[in-house]
Amino acid sequence: MNSKTRPVAIFGGNRIPFARSNGRYIKASNQDMLTVAVDGLVERTGLAGERLGEVAGGAVVKLARDINLTRESVLGTKLAPETPAYDVGQACGTGLEAAILVANKIALGQTDSAIAGGTDTTSDPPIAVSDDLRRVLVEINAARSNVDRLKAVAKLRPGMPLDIPQNAEPRTGLSMGEHTAIMAEEWGLTREEQDALAAASHQHLAASYESGFQDELVTPFLGLERDDNLRPGSTEEKLAKLRPAFGGEGGTMTAANSTPLTDGASAVLLGTEEWGAEHGLEPWAKFVDAETAAVDFVGKREGLLMAPAYAVPRMLERNGLTLQDFDLYEIHEAFAAQVLCTLKAWDDPVFCKERLGLDEPLGEIDRAKLNQQGGSLAAGHPFAATGGRIVASLAKQLRENGGGRGLISICAAGGQGVVAILEA
Amino acid sequence: MSDRYSQLVNNPVGEFIAKNVGLPRPFELERWEEGQSPIPGKVLLGAAPGGRLTEAVASELALAEAAVDTPLDEEVRGAAAAGDLDAGIWNADAPSGKYRSLVFDATGIDDSAKLRELWAFFHPSFRGLEPSGRVLVLGTPPEDCKGPREATAQRALEGFTRSLAKEARAGATAQLVYVSSGAETRLASTLRFFLSPRSAYVSGQVVRIGKGSGRVPKVVWDRPLEGKVALVTGASRGIGESIARTLARDGAHVVGLDIPPQSADLEKLAGEIGGSTLALDITADDAPSTIATALSTQHGGVDIVVHNAGVTKDKTIVGMDEERWSVLLDINLSSEERINDALLDEKVLNEGGRVICVSSISGIAGNAGQTNYGTSKAGVIGMVDSMAPVFAKAGATINAVAPGFIETQMTAAMPIGTREAGRRLNSLSQGGLPVDVAETIAWYASPASSGLNGNLVRVCGQSLIGA
Repeated sequence: MNSKTRPVAIFGGNRIPFARSNGRYIKASNQDMLTVAVDGLVERTGLAGERLGEVAGGAVVKLARDINLTRESVLGTKLAPETPAYDVGQACGTGLEAAILVANKIALGQTDSAIAGGTDTTSDPPIAVSDDLRRVLVEINAARSNVDRLKAVAKLRPGMPLDIPQNAEPRTGLSMGEHTAIMAEEWGLTREEQDALAAASHQHLAASYESGFQDELVTPFLGLERDDNLRPGSTEEKLAKLRPAFGGEGGTMTAANSTPLTDGASAVLLGTEEWGAEHGLEPWAKFVDAETAAVDFVGKREGLLMAPAYAVPRMLERNGLTLQDFDLYEIHEAFAAQVLCTLKAWDDPVFCKERLGLDEPLGEIDRAKLNQQGGSLAAGHPFAATGGRIVASLAKQLRENGGGRGLISICAAGGQGVVAILEA
Repeated sequence: MSDRYSQLVNNPVGEFIAKNVGLPRPFELERWEEGQSPIPGKVLLGAAPGGRLTEAVASELALAEAAVDTPLDEEVRGAAAAGDLDAGIWNADAPSGKYRSLVFDATGIDDSAKLRELWAFFHPSFRGLEPSGRVLVLGTPPEDCKGPREATAQRALEGFTRSLAKEARAGATAQLVYVSSGAETRLASTLRFFLSPRSAYVSGQVVRIGKGSGRVPKVVWDRPLEGKVALVTGASRGIGESIARTLARDGAHVVGLDIPPQSADLEKLAGEIGGSTLALDITADDAPSTIATALSTQHGGVDIVVHNAGVTKDKTIVGMDEERWSVLLDINLSSEERINDALLDEKVLNEGGRVICVSSISGIAGNAGQTNYGTSKAGVIGMVDSMAPVFAKAGATINAVAPGFIETQMTAAMPIGTREAGRRLNSLSQGGLPVDVAETIAWYASPASSGLNGNLVRVCGQSLIGA
């Protein structure tokens, strides 16, 4: 094996516009969307007919038949059919984790090029049957005679329900929003600061589309050209009128400062600089390092979405960096509250000492550098597609800035966090 | 002994009537129970900018494993981190959550304009105070302040806490603790006392913690008095009995003292708590030397002395014969002075000794028919004041408790009018229990209470009398 690692470059990214659940993409499957996202990237980068090292991707909410989702998607693209692929899953961290996996293989010399992607739809959910009902159905299917079949059918009872996936933590029964409402209360967040972050997200993404920044990142799909959750005219004043969605009557979290269920897919191209040069591709940025963390939210020792707050300092220390050594910050806006709790935690002497074991707080970040081209609150959050959206957008920002360093932070279900550093 | 009115208005029918007629409804106070956390419930810790005690308080709260929140304020969070306290967040702009205790470091208030900090902290937080809640404000003794502005502002804290104590509902209490510069390490026992049900019937009090002497000892909080010898006078019944039981609970070997006619009760108590007895009359000429000899030969000296024995012999001054006057004064005051002197002169009081005197609200407010009693109990306060520096030189402390209306056989024998007035005319609308006095004494007695010297704390539910 190679004992020296190689720099890993990002050469581009592509996604389809994100659509609100049960809307424009109601008839699109995960495979359809991932295929289109990857194919769009192949087209943009002129890789039709090429055999890439591999494609890694995944979906959080997945139909049982999508056992080989990414490979099936690749077979539908213009990539050479000899391009291997596999599925990855780490809840909302899936897209970024896929990028980390392929980046590591490239760095180690195991492959020279790869695509990392992700897709999700909540409009085509994998509705399962309950355990009781499934047993009867299996029995009916296995029956060898009509009599046996009838006997099995006779076991069907009303009250054998369907099992529809819930946006809830299996171990606490609380939805992600309810968990985040607990965090928001723990960190004393106000409604105003959450609404301000949400309004900024919409304003930034709207400006980003207007400036043409997204042209190189987004391929229209099913007649949609922009994310349909985007409300360009969002202001704090307008958002202040909404009723709380989580945390009860006095709650501070609304439908606007929380991400809605969304459908969409994204993909990013990574490889060695040599491979890029051979294919006429300019690197946008380098994939420098990554870290994952998880917290004990079940034992109530930490808030569900606080893991990135732990992952980032570990990554900073390994790289000899401070939190302020970045030109851009991309923090996934699962909820405005998640971003704000994370920022407050990093600036809090108690959290930094007692939870992170640091002598000094990491400190504040320059908020003007946060999610400059919009975040998940505006774009939406098709779980596994968010990582690819952020990696591509940050890489492009770094290229356009003529260099710099960016931080990515993504929280995930199960109390997990995936973070990364890009440089150009 | 039973408080029938409390029982009546706390049953469903009585509660309904009392509510609608506007009668006081005494809250059933929570008392300390074995196995309880030292500082139960959640604590909200705040501070005025520039507070010098926040870190020390945070550190003690962390050691007591208290669940603490603080405002998201750089200075307070920094102090909490320095105190190794894993504190949660409270936002005054979006106040939520309920707290058992509100603790505020007011030492940063060095000008009357900055008293606004009290409002800024308590205005949004006081509503969230739970039943049996505790408010603790920490200040700098005005006499220690650098200038008149600071001294004025610090003195103002008294009016604030006493008023807050009167606004508190459902068994909640409020106190002010003045902490001298250099006494930051001697807060532990006081925090644990005032932030727990141990101080159930203490409210509206002002305590001073000084620099003390000697090093700050390591205390095993379950049994802080382990290995200590405690003399309790008048130990056979009532408050004295409760004091003896409480000190024994905290690990002390209790030497119970009472007059010979009480020997049977005394022996029974000593048997139950594994203590010893001394049956004698404290006014006898040889009492001080007998006590001193018994303590030094049988127990290797004494660590805690509780002057609890006392009598009432009520008559108006006009009708009072000389005996009522002289006998009472000798029992309640002069004998205590003689015993103190003997213990000091013969070095029977061990290093770190604690002398605790039981005064009375009558000694503060005066009471018709109690010129003798009022004189003796005010004299006890004078003795604590004047002897504090003397005991300090011996590495010891002297402090007093002044019980208000405590439910005992003595108060049960009062005429109903006086009894009900005594019970209700306080912020908690009820009488205290002997254990409330005993817990206060156990707090003074703790080896961790070396900063407490010359204090007078009333155990009276913030009685309106003598306030």
